[in-house]
Parts: sequence; structure tokens; C-alpha cells
Amino acid sequence: MQRNILEYLEETVRKYPDKTAFANESMGMTFQEVSDASRSIGTCLLKKGYQKEPVVIYMKKHPHMIAAFWGAVYSGCFYVPMDEEMPAFRIDLIFRNLKPRAVICDETTCEQMKEFRDFDGEVLLYDEIAGESADPGLLGAVREAAIDTDPIYIVFTSGSTGVPKGVAACHRSVIDYVENLTEVLQISEKSVLANQAPLYFDACLKELFSSLKCGATTYLTPRSLFMFPVKLVEFLNEYKINTVCWVVSALTMISSTKTFDKIIPKYLRTVAFGSEVFPIRQFRLWKEALPDARFINLYGPTEATGMSCYYEVDRDFEEGEPIPIGRPFKNTEILLLDENNRVPRPGDPGEICIRGTALTLGYYGDHEKTDEVFVQNPLNPYYHERIYRTGDIGMRNERGELVFLSRKDHQIKHMGHRIELGEIEVHVNRLKGVRSACCIYDKEKEKITLFYTGDAQTKELVVSLRKTLPRYMAPNLVYALEEMPLTANGKIDRVKLLNMAQSKKI
Amino acid sequence: MEALLKILTNLHPEVDFETSTDLVDGKIIDSFDIVSIISEINDEYDVVIPAEEIVPDNFNSAQALYELIVRLEDE
Repeated sequence: MQRNILEYLEETVRKYPDKTAFANESMGMTFQEVSDASRSIGTCLLKKGYQKEPVVIYMKKHPHMIAAFWGAVYSGCFYVPMDEEMPAFRIDLIFRNLKPRAVICDETTCEQMKEFRDFDGEVLLYDEIAGESADPGLLGAVREAAIDTDPIYIVFTSGSTGVPKGVAACHRSVIDYVENLTEVLQISEKSVLANQAPLYFDACLKELFSSLKCGATTYLTPRSLFMFPVKLVEFLNEYKINTVCWVVSALTMISSTKTFDKIIPKYLRTVAFGSEVFPIRQFRLWKEALPDARFINLYGPTEATGMSCYYEVDRDFEEGEPIPIGRPFKNTEILLLDENNRVPRPGDPGEICIRGTALTLGYYGDHEKTDEVFVQNPLNPYYHERIYRTGDIGMRNERGELVFLSRKDHQIKHMGHRIELGEIEVHVNRLKGVRSACCIYDKEKEKITLFYTGDAQTKELVVSLRKTLPRYMAPNLVYALEEMPLTANGKIDRVKLLNMAQSKKI
Repeated sequence: MEALLKILTNLHPEVDFETSTDLVDGKIIDSFDIVSIISEINDEYDVVIPAEEIVPDNFNSAQALYELIVRLEDE
């Protein structure tokens, strides 16, 4: 029985040593090169005494970064991916939470490490440690002792209290996910994928593990191309990309600008999408452009290792109708639970709760938050069985398919990113001259709108906010108000703010 | 030009759009912004920017963007 994700790499490197695993526009790494580099890095970490602890990988998006991930896993550590474009403030927060002893950097990010006052560990340079010779004895001993509930990675997701939460996942849950995902997407060694998601989110596992398990090739798409639709499709055609797993906003950016009148991504056969509702008008443009392609809606939270449900589009939908999230992957069950922890009647809404091996280990270093959402299955009083409460509200339609309806809190999905509006508010409230702040999300226009009161100037406020929040969390519109509208109970009136934003009467 | 500057300044109050000439290359605007800019130009000027014109050169400065709008209005 497979116990370790690295067995995927070891099997694939035997079959396709010289095939390209991960590439960008200027270079590529074969499976052999990925294997060699990661075994070297693993050995180096072990010799330096790092084991069973977080190793931060802070590099620019590059195939080397992926090899560094597996390097950390080879040493029995778990990798924590960070992005060169993350604001320093957020990185400091993560360092404080994680207290890592080692960080792997590239030439560019190495310089930036000096800025992080909360880090006093060792900085390792990829180029130096990836070339050292591997020690098979040392690596073998670590593997022998490893068990499949050991963590592989920690990825950080937005937290409503202002501090990002680190979700830790283990070999077992990732293997469970990868087996089912690659089956649903029909990944093979002939698959060529273009990655869109940042490497610091679990969303990128779809491509990384398609390569690792099946011998597929993954191209890292330059971020800037997602601004320029024709160039983006040219990129897909140049590398004969046949499979993409992208957020909906990346797909609609192409279709809404009428790119298909000029150029078609002619090799695409599998289009998986998720994280957001796909507007049917845009979906139809894709379907018309690629009548023979499979379109698959994916749904799942980071806390349950990537994706939990899928639906392959097999019929037409009316405009405004949601595309279902379908049914769970094998070995995963979705429970719907109402406020009284009972199963709602068919067609009635309930909270989407997930049961199965795919559940992650919870939030790193935070039992309290973990216990709030990873709870005993209320339908099972007999033995320990954890379920994850997603906070998403869903229902089953008359066909028995799951449909996502809404959130029960202030978490939103914006351009594919999961954001707690509360986290933005905490950052605004911290600024000088701000008396109160409230963020609302205008779904129609896909805009995060911030309202605040106080003497702070909008311009200065935006500048300081950009220093502390990741780009995708920055409010798209900012308005200063004389007074914050309140409800009868004295809470901020979000409904009124939303109306103000939509009518532009401010 | 006034209206365009207003659209841009709403997105990035911290940027001086009258002088910046590396909005794309300097990573000042990103894909979120491009989508917003295109849709607001459509609302404001009733001009649809075709896909082949969505290229870095046309988005690097307010001036370049304005020239694109004028060109599309004439067509």
C-alpha cells in the first residue's frame, strides 16, 4: 500500500526519466532532474538536523520551487510555500505563527529575508543545496520511519480575526485526493497542463500531482498573461495544452473579451473550473468554442485537501442557473446538516459537511479554531468520527446533485480567492485615523467595497493597506463616510451598505 | 481623458496616472484591474476594447489607453 506521496515521483521517474515534468517559458525540469534536486535538498535538510518540522519555501514561481517542495518532504519535513509577491507584513505574521527554523530561497528572495524581523533561523539557497549529492541511506531511513498521517504541507488561508490560518495536510489525505482527482480528470502521461493557481495554495496540487503521479507535463503560466487574453491563448497553443484547472475568472477573462473570435485554444480537451459560479452566458461561449471538450466543475475547501466534489457538465443550463457541484469523489461523503444538526428534507438547504480520509489535519498550532469546524459527526454518537463543517450552504436538486447556494458568514470568493471580509476589516481598523470600517462584496460587479469613518485620507489608507494585505484582498473601491449606518440592534448595516455600493449613491 | 483618469484613480488612488508609463511592466495594475478598466471604459465611452487590443502597450499609461479609446471611437 502506498504510504508516501514521493512514491508517485519514484514510480514516474522510472517510467519517464527524460520527460519534462515542470516547465516555464524559459526552462524545464525532467522527472530525473526533479528527483535528483529534491533528493539532494532532502539530504541537505537532514544533515543540518531538520526533521518533522515546517520548512518555508520562499521563492519566485518556478519549477525549482516545486522541486524544493519534494525536497522538504524527502527530509520528513513539511513544506510551507510562500510567494515573493506576498506583502512583508503577512509573511511576518506567518513566521510568528510557524516559527520555522529554515527557509529555502532563490537569489531574489534571499535578499528580502533580511526584512523579516520575526525570523531568526537559517536561510538556505536553492542553487547551493540542490546540487549536493544525495545520501540514499539517510533518505531510506527517514522513509522507513515515516507514516502516512505525517504532514506534507501547510498552506495559509484567510482568517476572520486578521491572522491567516495554516491548514496542514498529510500523505494519506493527499493520496486519497490525487487518486480520485486524476481519475475524474482522466489524466495520463499525454496530459499537458497549464497551471494558473499560485503555488502557495492547495489549488496547484491538481497540476503538480497530475505530473507526479501520471507523468504529465505542467507548464507554469506567467501571471502577467492572465491580463492579456490573446497572448494567453497563444501560450496554450504554443505548448499544446490539453488540460486546464483554472478559476472561473481566468476563463471568463478570455470569453468575455471575445477572444474566441480571434483565436481558439485548439488543443484543450479538459476544462476544469471551480471556486466560483460560472456565469452561464460565459460558459456557453466556452462550450461553443470547444464543443468536444469535457467541462468539469470542481468544489472543495482547503480543509478537505483541495477538491471534494465534481460535476461533469452534461446538459444545458438557463442563464442565472447555477452549475451543480455534483457529487463527492469516491471515498468522500457530503452530509447536509440543518441548524439542529439534522439532515434536511430533500430540496431544503443545509450546511455542507465533509466526511472521509480527505480531511486534513486542521489548523497548525491552533486547536481552538480546529475544534470549531472539525467536529464529531453529530449523526454518529458511537465512535470518534470527524467531519469538517465548511460553512457553505448547499442543497440537493431533484436529480440528487449537490448545488452550492451561499455562505453562512462573511467569507467570500473573489477572483477565485477565498477571503474573510473580517480579515480586511481588522487591517483597516488597525490604521491611524480610522474609527470604524466595514467591507461588503458586490457579487454582481465582483468588487470588494470598503466603507470607513474617521479622519484618514482615502489615498493614504489605500497605500498603507497595500503594505499589509495580499493584492487579491485589497478593496476595489474605498469610500469614506460621515457615519456608519447601523441596524436597530446597533450593528453595522451591511444590507444598506450593499445598496449604497450598488446604487453608487455615496 | 478626465473620465478615464477618474476610472483609473478610483482603482488606484495612490498612483499618479498622468505621469506613469509602466502600469503593466511595473506591475502597478494586474488582471483584476484590467477586467475592471475594460468594463468601465465600456460603460463610460460605449467602446468595446477587442481582445487583440488588450496588450501591454495599450495599458502601460493612461495616455496610451486614451489614444486607444479615441481610435476605437473613430472606427
